[in-house]
Amino acid sequence: MSQDERALRATGFTMLTHEHGFHARPSIMLTQLAKQFSAKVWIGLSDNGPWTDAKSIARVMALKAPQQTMVFFAAEGTDATDAVSALVRLVQSDFTSSKDQ
Amino acid sequence: MNRNVGIVIVSHSPDVAKGAADMVRQMVGKDVPLAWCGGDPDGRLGTSVDAIEKALQTAWSDRGVVIMVDMGGAETNSEMAIERLPEKKRAKVVVCNAPIVEGSVMAATESSGGSPLDKVRHAAEELYPRM
Repeated sequence: MSQDERALRATGFTMLTHEHGFHARPSIMLTQLAKQFSAKVWIGLSDNGPWTDAKSIARVMALKAPQQTMVFFAAEGTDATDAVSALVRLVQSDFTSSKDQ
Repeated sequence: MNRNVGIVIVSHSPDVAKGAADMVRQMVGKDVPLAWCGGDPDGRLGTSVDAIEKALQTAWSDRGVVIMVDMGGAETNSEMAIERLPEKKRAKVVVCNAPIVEGSVMAATESSGGSPLDKVRHAAEELYPRM
């Protein structure tokens, strides 16, 4: 994995336990959080993709990830590591914390 | 001054417009300038250019405003309301071609992240190609 300063890449995954999976509200929270980072951020349902732009509300909603699905994040950019850990925390918190860094 | 693009929701039914606005507020939050209007001046189903004009003032942002409409007259009356604006404001308002409820929520989500007008419009229209 490249650790070049200008294009840091980070990945992470967690189990989606939210009662209804990725419905509207969780999708919105996830998209809003992803947008707080300058890194490109993707979400996928497997560790080799296909990858979806986590900043696109339409695409995140279209994922329709059900409960008990593993969700994977990948990010590229100077704040990639922070982005991935924040998104993992959001899912792990069952979408109760959103605006934390 | 609002740093985010505003949203105006225009339905023939005030209940629909208010309901869509409630969904935006509860699902997306308060970071987006938002106004809604619906019904004609006599309280029947319809839309009113005056009411849309007022809603545009309420939700105004110098980053621009997207108008979400339901059907027919909502769109033509929105265009008439836009024409009443001073010329330099007119270019900052667009009517989206998207379902009013889903489009409003998606546009607001995009706006809440600070996106510019064209991206907010695109978010609303993304899943629904122009007819």
